Amino acid sequence: MGEKDAYLLRERLPLLLEAVQAEGYECIGPQWQNEAIVYDILNQVEQLPHGVQVNQYPGEYCGEIHEGNVRCFAWANGPQALKPFLFAPRETLWRVHRDNDGRLQFESATPEAPKRAIFGVRACDLAALALQDRHFLESDFPDPAYAARRENLLLIAVNCSHPASTCFCASTGDGPVAQAGYDLVLDELDDGFMIQAGTEEGQAIMARLNLIPVTDGHREAIEIQQEKAHEQLRQVPGKQLRDALFANLDHERWDDVAGRCLSCGNCTSVCPTCFCHSEEELAPLDGGSSEHIRQWDSCFTAGHSYIHGLTIRQQTRERYRQWLTHKFGSWHDQYGRSGCVGCGRCIAWCPVGIDVTEELQAICGSDDA
Amino acid sequence: MSSPYLPHEAEIFQRLEETPHIFTLRLRFTDPDIHAQYHFEPGQFNMLYVYGVGEVPISIVSDPQDEHAYDHTIRRLGRVTNVLAGLQEGDRIGVRGAYGRGWPVQQAEGKDVVLITGGLGCAPVVSVINYVLKRRDRFRRLIIMQGVKHSDDLIWREKYETWSKQNDTQVVLAASQGGAGWPWATGHITELVSEIDFDPQNCTVMMCGPEGMMIAAMKELLPRQVPESAIWLSMERNMQCAVGHCGHCQHGPNFVCKDGPVFNYPEIKPLLGIKGF
Repeated sequence: MGEKDAYLLRERLPLLLEAVQAEGYECIGPQWQNEAIVYDILNQVEQLPHGVQVNQYPGEYCGEIHEGNVRCFAWANGPQALKPFLFAPRETLWRVHRDNDGRLQFESATPEAPKRAIFGVRACDLAALALQDRHFLESDFPDPAYAARRENLLLIAVNCSHPASTCFCASTGDGPVAQAGYDLVLDELDDGFMIQAGTEEGQAIMARLNLIPVTDGHREAIEIQQEKAHEQLRQVPGKQLRDALFANLDHERWDDVAGRCLSCGNCTSVCPTCFCHSEEELAPLDGGSSEHIRQWDSCFTAGHSYIHGLTIRQQTRERYRQWLTHKFGSWHDQYGRSGCVGCGRCIAWCPVGIDVTEELQAICGSDDA
Repeated sequence: MSSPYLPHEAEIFQRLEETPHIFTLRLRFTDPDIHAQYHFEPGQFNMLYVYGVGEVPISIVSDPQDEHAYDHTIRRLGRVTNVLAGLQEGDRIGVRGAYGRGWPVQQAEGKDVVLITGGLGCAPVVSVINYVLKRRDRFRRLIIMQGVKHSDDLIWREKYETWSKQNDTQVVLAASQGGAGWPWATGHITELVSEIDFDPQNCTVMMCGPEGMMIAAMKELLPRQVPESAIWLSMERNMQCAVGHCGHCQHGPNFVCKDGPVFNYPEIKPLLGIKGF
């Protein structure tokens, strides 16, 4: 990084959007809608969340718009990550037609996979994307829908300048500065953006922008901004908590957290790495065809662990323990690292404000290997 | 990229009623090319799809070298198996597979083979019994232990009788509740492990059934100096995708669908029997 950086003045930001649009991409960008930062179709830079700052606390997500603040990326994140754009919340896997003789004809559903560019991607979400890639693509059975969308994705990251109180990416090692996986990465200052390419496609887009050299003043401001973004309130008690977690399966804290947890599954929905999904049959009324769909599922539901007459995880204690021991424990065995990227969404979007870092500290803080 | 989720049409070539609740479907893919390419290992499973209802994972009971058909023995219990139970010969379903890691039949060569099963857990090991009997000289003693709750639950009674007459073969059957005309033991099958005749230092144990039964059997086997690494268990969890994506079947670090369903005991020992995993 840093070898071919340049500076995009703020008034020239539309050029970036236009250059990406000219490559045939449907552009998606962060916007302030329904009191939250959400990713939606971005036709012009005016739609970006200018002056929006977001305060996030356990069980709380609260934004304010500062008139006169020109920045568009001065917030940490919203409830969505990249996940819904690749691993669709609900989609058809295949269809089957039945003729009058009862013969069945199966056909794969063709996934909708437009060329898509996403603006304002965070370091934590890039790290999560790399984990989802491992799960869905680096498999003996690569997922065709995920693969098609992934293939057509352009990622324009913005280094996080305003982490929320719920963020702890510095402690997981995934942020706040994007390390890999982007086509372009920006650092936002008041008068514009330092821009660098991570891929040839990113370089080609950069070449079409009216850029100026980065000044020493810009560099210094960015360095200070990045350092400040590293100072985060929360942290995980260690990057490798597997042994500590599995050594504490009978810890009394599991009962304690189960007393607060509603088993609603919000944490798994907003988690950018959670991959569980259920399969279901949608049989239309015409009787001649049926669709096999999948949709996001959560280990906090009773159905998740159901086998013929038996629910393996009947109690919230067992479900929370499954989530935490998987996310921070057995992910290491499955994918070579923790399944948490420190985005803090599960803390902010938990209706009762359960703080995963606090639970980890209580269960295995002193046992960190 | 071809979809790993897409079933192929298969025809119910034969349907056998085993008990009022258990039936066997003999299946063939309707596309001869697909049928010719299809192969499986003992202990693997298929996903069976019933039109408009859904999919269910079922182990394969037939011999892998039977080119004519592959068999599934099924208990009617849930939404999908109840509909499967009502299908007739000639009806079409969807099938994809075979999935997962099967029994270590090759590693068991030259050793005593001990099979301990409970309930319909006998189905996934029938393929091992057939495999051993077809290749009898490659294996040493064959011990078949099967436990059922009620004596009426025992399927394949004639098969057990036939197997018990083979050389170097011991068949031990037990019912927790024996009925009239039940010639075998009454009690838990695991209580009879002490009575079987095998070489603990040169054996492969394969178990399938309720986890409590398998754990109880382990408590009998380990004191007889059977090495932990000689014991293999077939695990059961919620499986929906069968390819390690949907997440339901996770047992600690393992995806039962692709890392199992057959596991070597040391692989699953840390979490085996812990409620909630």
